[in-house]
Amino acid sequence: MIAMYRMMNLIRRFELRASELFKDGKFPGWIHVCIGQEASVTGACFALRPDDYICPTHRGHGQSLAKGMSPEKMMAELFGKKAGTNLGRGGSMHLTDMEKGVLCGTAILGDGLPMAAGAAMSAKLSGNGRVAMGFFGEGASNEGIVHETMNIAALWELPVIFFCESNQYAELSHRSAHLKVDSIAKRAAGYGMPGVTVDGNDVLEVLRVASEAVERARAGKGPTLIDSVTCRLHGHYEGDPQVYRVPGDIDEWKKKDPIALFEAKLVKEGILDEKAKTVILAEVDRTIEEAVEFAEMSPFPAPEEALDLVYA
Amino acid sequence: MREIKFWQAFKEGLSEEMRRDPSVLYFGEDAGGKVGGPFALAKGIQDEFGEKRVYDTPDSEAGYVGLAIGLAATGYRPVVDISFMDFTLVAIDQIVNMAAKLRYMSGGVPKALPLVIHTMAGGGRRAGAQHSQSLEAWFAHIPGLKVIAPSNPHDLKGSLKSAIRDDNPVLVMKHKAILGMKGEIPEGEYTVPLGKAFVKREGTDATVVAVSHMVNVSLQAAAKLQEEGISVEVIDPLTMSPLDRETIVASVRKTGRLVTVHEAWKPCGMGAEIGAVVFEECFDFLQAPLVRVASSFNPFPYSPGMEDFTIPGVSRIVEGVRKILES
Repeated sequence: MIAMYRMMNLIRRFELRASELFKDGKFPGWIHVCIGQEASVTGACFALRPDDYICPTHRGHGQSLAKGMSPEKMMAELFGKKAGTNLGRGGSMHLTDMEKGVLCGTAILGDGLPMAAGAAMSAKLSGNGRVAMGFFGEGASNEGIVHETMNIAALWELPVIFFCESNQYAELSHRSAHLKVDSIAKRAAGYGMPGVTVDGNDVLEVLRVASEAVERARAGKGPTLIDSVTCRLHGHYEGDPQVYRVPGDIDEWKKKDPIALFEAKLVKEGILDEKAKTVILAEVDRTIEEAVEFAEMSPFPAPEEALDLVYA
Repeated sequence: MREIKFWQAFKEGLSEEMRRDPSVLYFGEDAGGKVGGPFALAKGIQDEFGEKRVYDTPDSEAGYVGLAIGLAATGYRPVVDISFMDFTLVAIDQIVNMAAKLRYMSGGVPKALPLVIHTMAGGGRRAGAQHSQSLEAWFAHIPGLKVIAPSNPHDLKGSLKSAIRDDNPVLVMKHKAILGMKGEIPEGEYTVPLGKAFVKREGTDATVVAVSHMVNVSLQAAAKLQEEGISVEVIDPLTMSPLDRETIVASVRKTGRLVTVHEAWKPCGMGAEIGAVVFEECFDFLQAPLVRVASSFNPFPYSPGMEDFTIPGVSRIVEGVRKILES
């Protein structure tokens, strides 16, 4: 419980700090943060074993941190440094750490799902008991590859969990502009697999639902589609003017802030008090500052290293 | 030596590698035991290797190529069959955005991404505009991919085996007009290396660099020109990417003249690339401007006369060589 609370705060504070650094021009490109979705990614990843696989999305800081990726190496990657998770050649959208089971993040919507299904098939064939979790959003759910993958995964009973973070927005549009159905989970029936909708801001509920899906996959019963309903409190990318926002929705969703909700629950149940909270948050902040320092101090890769690793 | 057909070369190469390495898996539409793919090219493979290594996939090219990428990233060596090269476009996002870039953008983990995409290309079978294309240049443009187009049974078997052992994604294109072509292969184990071009016929007056089945047509044209006393060197690059520039450049330094021949269209085709390589590396040796022989710039038509008009034949290649010798 405390570990999840700590992780949710680590994700939130890591991204707020990364956002600040980005605005200050400390690193280039774009970043896509998952602020507001911390319960979804934490509950999902805490249902997994360390050797299980995940395929993150372009909005993958939270998914990857929750799966155990080092904040130092991740921050160094955002800075484009050689000490980064991807040696500085991936950036925020392609976070990878094979040792933590984090297969390369993909920025083409839905493309992480067939890779997750393939990793799941690999686990099934080798009998190592691992499962794979592919992340996507309700926007990506409309990609053809999602349909193809779900059919194959269900047909071949692959140990994969399709975890949809329905964060209300698909890039620069509200979900209602792109989706007729109210829950992605309803689509599961079309593939012959279970589909579950869960309150994505309730970390314990997400953990429960994800654990059931993981157990099912590990038992050889095939895939599950989870629709974790949450909200992205920031824009598509940092700096997004968000002209498409439904008026007032941030205020509404902030009332259901996943960290505040979980904190209140932990305090109510006597698991967390002010003193413990202060210690945890100070520790999280220290971890992040160490990561920033590590990233800033690390050298850039030599420009000509761009030529390496094109072929194995 | 013994003689086999082009289509058998594929099955032999695949079977030998599957026997040799248990991590090799095969996926294809209708690849199951009774059918063995749309041209029965893999018939019997599932009987020998079982349902855990040979998969009859749904009609979802992007889906099963993507699945194979996940398998390749986690220790397997999948060979996926896309029955017609035209259908690789359905999976091109997986091939170009995922397979070709995964290792690079992840910083070299996984260390290998051993994935073979085997497909059938080319016209001449009256298959129409969506079953006849040669799209090698699309894939040869992409860093991280290897592309091979073997032109005879010996090279198909040997280069397929190399492709399966290679730690990179390799696209293997096989021309459908020569499935029944016979050729000699060694009795025992052999491989043909990737990235190396082959001089199929030596000559001194002009260099013809041809792609896939056009190598065979160019050899016929060269034999015909020999009767007139014209000596043509025919080169089969075999690997479109990475291209063996040295063998091509060495030949053009000798002959001073380059004719490229392929079934794909001229604009941005392999002929344009090969011509540019020669322009960059041995301009001073050139005695005549480049001549490119290619399909006429139209989708492949169904009606036999129109299709034959579209695809280069012996006469168009002979004409091309004559033209370059006149200039």
